[in-house]
Amino acid sequence: MLRYTLLRILGAIPTLLLVIALAFLMVHAAPGGPFDAERRLPPEVEANIAAKYHLDEPLPKQFARYLGGLLQGDLGPSYRYRDRTVSELIGSAFPNSLRIGALAILFALLVGISSGTYAALRQGTLTDRFVMGLSMTGISIPVFVIAPVLVLLFAVKLQWLPAGWTSTESVSRYVLPVITLALPQIAYIARLTRASMIDVLGRDFVRTARAQGLGTLRVVRVHALKPALLPVLSYMGPAIAGIITGSVVVEEIFGISGVGQQFVRGALNRDYTLVLGVVVFYATLIVAFNLIVDILYAVIDPRVRYR
Amino acid sequence: MKTVKVTGSILLAIAVAAIAGPWLSPNDYVTTNFNAILSNPSIDGARWFGTDDLGRDLFVRTMLGIRVTLAVAIVASIVSLVIGVTYGAIAGYVGGRVDAVMMRFVDTLYALPFIFFVILLMVVFERNFLLIFVAIGAINWLDMARIVRGQTLSLREREFVEAARLTGVSTARIVFRHIAPNLIGIVVVYITLTIPQAILFESFLSFLGLGVQEPQTSLGTLVDAGVGHMERASWTLLIPASLLAVILLCFNFMGDGLRDYFDARHGQ
Repeated sequence: MLRYTLLRILGAIPTLLLVIALAFLMVHAAPGGPFDAERRLPPEVEANIAAKYHLDEPLPKQFARYLGGLLQGDLGPSYRYRDRTVSELIGSAFPNSLRIGALAILFALLVGISSGTYAALRQGTLTDRFVMGLSMTGISIPVFVIAPVLVLLFAVKLQWLPAGWTSTESVSRYVLPVITLALPQIAYIARLTRASMIDVLGRDFVRTARAQGLGTLRVVRVHALKPALLPVLSYMGPAIAGIITGSVVVEEIFGISGVGQQFVRGALNRDYTLVLGVVVFYATLIVAFNLIVDILYAVIDPRVRYR
Repeated sequence: MKTVKVTGSILLAIAVAAIAGPWLSPNDYVTTNFNAILSNPSIDGARWFGTDDLGRDLFVRTMLGIRVTLAVAIVASIVSLVIGVTYGAIAGYVGGRVDAVMMRFVDTLYALPFIFFVILLMVVFERNFLLIFVAIGAINWLDMARIVRGQTLSLREREFVEAARLTGVSTARIVFRHIAPNLIGIVVVYITLTIPQAILFESFLSFLGLGVQEPQTSLGTLVDAGVGHMERASWTLLIPASLLAVILLCFNFMGDGLRDYFDARHGQ
């Protein structure tokens, strides 16, 4: 197990380096400098700015400097907000994103697994087809369509919930963003759970359990749920990536000051270091999460370790 | 096959409307009219979908948006098809260590948040159509590569491939002439599932203001504009949003239906 874990961690490092190098190169391949303005600055000033941000150094040296900074959690200075560093900008925005993302994942797991199991137990009936049709709709409709339609319905027409991110701390401000973010994941998780649950319910050990007189609920809870949830566990990596991507849109629509909003602002303002910082930050998060899922999977299903 | 036929007809109808629609309307997509800002959909003046905040005709703009959306989907899918089939067929046919390394690389790429790279690309370089097409296609080939590799692995053991090899046909010719045609069924299925992904990416970028630029438009751009006016003119949001949803749903259902159909045939 230790060997497997170490191998996995070693395997994640090149992935991360690849991501960072790719993002770094893309930003530095940009035509024109980050400080190009309408008005031409005197060459001395330009040289000073370049020296301050180490833009006059050769690219490998800049990359080494960036990596060195990363190891200490320093993502460099922001090119637009001159008095803040990228780490500060991300650090101040991340708690909001984390809260919404975590709630969305929990909500998605809860609803997805229960509705998937329910559909599997009623396989082939109208209920099953209804749940699956609904989940296909959830997969197909993009977050940026769901969000405004929900706002239009619940905030503008019915006025039950706030349309945006109210400044006071209240439960109601979480409802729409979390639901929006969770819906596509609920749909995926429900489909995955249903498919694997149907598979597991057909196995011999389930038949034995049934034959011993266990009720359906107990069979599902005690025997079938754990093996049936393995595909859901391995989906958690892509799910996190999906939630992060979705959060960019959700934060934009609901006006939540999170990392996704920073990213979009940075992208539109051409704040290269901020955009680069967010990409590196989120990529690290996703790679780390995939790693955790891999290790967890091996803990639960020992066969994986010896493949 | 019923789902496939129904969804296929809906998609065809939408495509035909998108191509023919702008000719049927007396309006065009750039002319602004400040006397008719955000006007309701009506028969008068052929404003079937109303107008936007600059008084431009939304019917024509929506039809153009569908054209752009479908064009992106098709081109991006072709890009992902070419990359995915080539990569998967080579990995599957050569096999052994090459295959292991190539598939390990695909696994690595799976872990990356590609959409962020596409956004980075859009920020760094000038936004043009071609770049959007290629970038979206270039990130969508992973599934295709995996599927094609799996199929190729089983195909290369078949007699006709062995016969070709024994008669001295070159590797490249075997891959493209003898193996590739046998992949068409499964590739078609996965193309129909890749298309909605490409559409999703494109509209996501356009929604963030990083995709197709004004006065050109796409469904994502239209939804983005609609969000700004939904309180006063909800149709500016609901029409493009529901069309986008219908298109995506149809492609997904069609892909699902096709997959079931091919699976059933393979099972026999």
